[in-house]
Amino acid sequence: MAELTKKERVAIPAQQMPERPGNERNKDFKEVNLGLSQEQAVLEASRCLQCKNPPCVSDCPVSVNIPEFIRLISERKFIEAALLIRRDNSLPAITGRVCPQEKQCQSRCLRGKIDSSVAIGWLERFAADYLAAAQAAGEVSAETMAAKSDAIKVAVVGSGPAGLACAGELARMGYAVTVFEAFHKAGGVLVYGIPEFRLPNDIVEREVQQLKSNGVVFETNVIVGRTVKIHELMEEEHFKAVFIANGAGLPSFMGITGENLKGVYSANEYLTRSNLMGAFDRNSDTPITAGKKVCVVGGGNTAMDAVRTSIRLGSEQSHLVYRRDLAQMPARIEEVHHAEQEGVIFDLLTSPIEILADENGWVSGIKCVKMQLKEADASGRQGVTQIPNSEFIIECDQVIMAIGIKANPLLTAATPELNLNAKGYIQTDATGMTSIPGVFAGGDIVRGAATVILAMGDGKKTAESMNNWLSANA
Amino acid sequence: MYKIVDRATVGLNLELYEVEAPRIAKSRQCGQFAIVRPFDHSERIPLTIAAVDKDKGTITFIAQIVGKTTREMSTLNVGDYMCDVAGPLGHPSEIIKYPQVESGKDPVVVVVGGGLGTAVVYPQAVALKESGNTIVSIVGARSKELLLMTDKLGEVSREVICTTNDGSAGRQGFVTEALKDLIEELKGKGSVVAVYTAGPVIMMKAVCDVTRPYGIKTIVSLNPIMVDGTGMCGGCRVTINGETKFACVDGPEFDGHSVDFDELMARLSTYRDKEQEKLKSYEHKHECRMFKQLDENGNK
Ligand SMILES: Cc1cc2nc3c(=O)[nH]c(=O)nc-3n(C[C@H](O)[C@H](O)[C@H](O)COP(=O)(O)OP(=O)(O)OC[C@H]3O[C@@H](n4cnc5c(N)ncnc54)[C@H](O)[C@@H]3O)c2cc1C
Ligand code: FES
Repeated sequence: MAELTKKERVAIPAQQMPERPGNERNKDFKEVNLGLSQEQAVLEASRCLQCKNPPCVSDCPVSVNIPEFIRLISERKFIEAALLIRRDNSLPAITGRVCPQEKQCQSRCLRGKIDSSVAIGWLERFAADYLAAAQAAGEVSAETMAAKSDAIKVAVVGSGPAGLACAGELARMGYAVTVFEAFHKAGGVLVYGIPEFRLPNDIVEREVQQLKSNGVVFETNVIVGRTVKIHELMEEEHFKAVFIANGAGLPSFMGITGENLKGVYSANEYLTRSNLMGAFDRNSDTPITAGKKVCVVGGGNTAMDAVRTSIRLGSEQSHLVYRRDLAQMPARIEEVHHAEQEGVIFDLLTSPIEILADENGWVSGIKCVKMQLKEADASGRQGVTQIPNSEFIIECDQVIMAIGIKANPLLTAATPELNLNAKGYIQTDATGMTSIPGVFAGGDIVRGAATVILAMGDGKKTAESMNNWLSANA
Repeated sequence: MYKIVDRATVGLNLELYEVEAPRIAKSRQCGQFAIVRPFDHSERIPLTIAAVDKDKGTITFIAQIVGKTTREMSTLNVGDYMCDVAGPLGHPSEIIKYPQVESGKDPVVVVVGGGLGTAVVYPQAVALKESGNTIVSIVGARSKELLLMTDKLGEVSREVICTTNDGSAGRQGFVTEALKDLIEELKGKGSVVAVYTAGPVIMMKAVCDVTRPYGIKTIVSLNPIMVDGTGMCGGCRVTINGETKFACVDGPEFDGHSVDFDELMARLSTYRDKEQEKLKSYEHKHECRMFKQLDENGNK
């Protein structure tokens, strides 16, 4: 395409992501979004105004060179675009699907002032999928490398986005990397939490395979702190540095009456059964109860994933019970829209106070109160208060709590030398190093529940610090 | 993959597996369990580590055939592999040397195992004995074929008392009756200072009811439904003293007098129908396959 004038660019309408219709996709677990076509991608990319001081880049936690990769797409240089993204973001097929773009790169896109922001996330996904398909077809050779036999050994604990990104960087730098994962499968939240219809497991598996062909060793079923302790890894197994990325992963409950009734799940349990253990398939060996009337409590991505899973498992009615309003929901905006299209009922400004039981000890409903928003405080956050005498009951046979996670103390309790903050998260210095020399940490176990891209950014940045530290100390 | 190096049937539907798992063998302490997935399509099931051999790098499980997963697992033999074994999980048992309560007389620690629970209390008995305690073991089951490990317990116990519901071996009746008699008998003669028990929930509850009036410390090993075993899902939650705890990381052993057993029993029944269905359909398929094979052999 010849160089477009600004006027021509502005005339191009925003492209729409092709997606499967709500009432078709809400019956299976296949991906909702179908991906932009090449033509659409080129058109969407051509909408970019190629700003001199692009705000999108400064709003990206890992500073992907966004205008440049978009320009490459507009020139149909799809593979070059993907490789450019990969320099800053090792998991673009994943972040293209799960990043909260509307709060990051797309939030201050100048094109948004004219009509709507450039769909940076969709373009990222397009380029990453294009590269993967080309690699699978053998058109582009995937990079392979093996660590030298005398390479310095480095351990990574946890195989979520932080661990995967760190392992990839360290392998590229020539270290002999072993990733220790507690579960039987690598991927962290990407495989046990986020459902297939939003992020197919094959995509995560592809990244894991890529790391394996770059010499990274995965040892699953190793619960660091129980199976082996960090000091044993360093002293007995000669790992010269360790990156802890074991996520947050301790589900919170509300502490209300009835939470241990049959039919009450944490979202973590519900999603793990469905995604990791495959219980969404009725022939799976792992059971799950499929509620007829389901209430999911919470307003984040986890709540959205759980409520949309319940619909796919055949519920007649799925409610999302959230104590603030739509505008305050922390979930990605695209997921909120998709949930609405799939028939989720939103009970907003509503908070449960008790879970009720039937005569057999199964959930029969939740008693709720209505809430109202307070004036925003100095930080702009709006609290909520109960409206007096507003109690009412939502009948249901399943309740899923998705009200957040806390730091899982399993590893940290077994490693008392680690300094923690008051909430139990690991403290690190500016380089990502913990109170134990040579032991670094990143992702949710440092930040508290955050995002895939932040975890990945931590993994990548910390790999550099580890390299510096190892060069000086190992 | 985890190779099976020894395999036996040790009672009716009670299957023993010794598996190579060197990391777990090295770090496991008494009272801990592992999560096992015998096949790649299996669910994750918690199994107590009944014994370890550090030199060989092996751990031993005893699993009762109760559902599809344990039934299918029992088709594995020496030389076969288990797909996943993760552990050791949970807190180790509280193993201490109990002090005398009556001067000059040895206090007694009682371990009470019901059915498969005996495989849980056996390593406790060994560890308690090693710490210098005097042990009496009470082992109960529905009938003789379900009594487990009585010989092994004999090696570390001053006495082993067996009870069966049908009277086919030992004393007829329940472990609780034997326990109560023992407590009374040892009064003033050293006394029962602690009870460690594992088995069906209803039995553990009854044991706690026996010891409560005497104020005897009673440690129970709980067996709720689990998924990850690392505190990540909360499926294993139990109420202890009115507070919710995750049995996989806060337990599995708790002060029995603080446990809400009724809630545990209710929660354990969550998937009962589904489990039964699955077992039936597995066994049906299995039988069909066997008949088919017989047919084919017959036709040859
Ligand atoms: C349901 C759900 C949906 C989400 N949706 C989004 C989204 O759309 N967009 C977004 O940006 N973020 C989302 N998030 C948040 C995001 O997934 C996390 O912020 C991110 O995964 C954190 O990455 P991590 O690498 O720090 O940890 P995790 O992804 O949690 O990975 C930690 C890994 O460490 C393993 N582990 C734990 N303890 C040990 C141990 N002791 N030894 C060995 N291994 C251990 C765990 O099994 C796990 O595999 C979602 C989270 C959930 C739960
Ligand atoms: S089994 Fe998941 S938290 Fe205990």
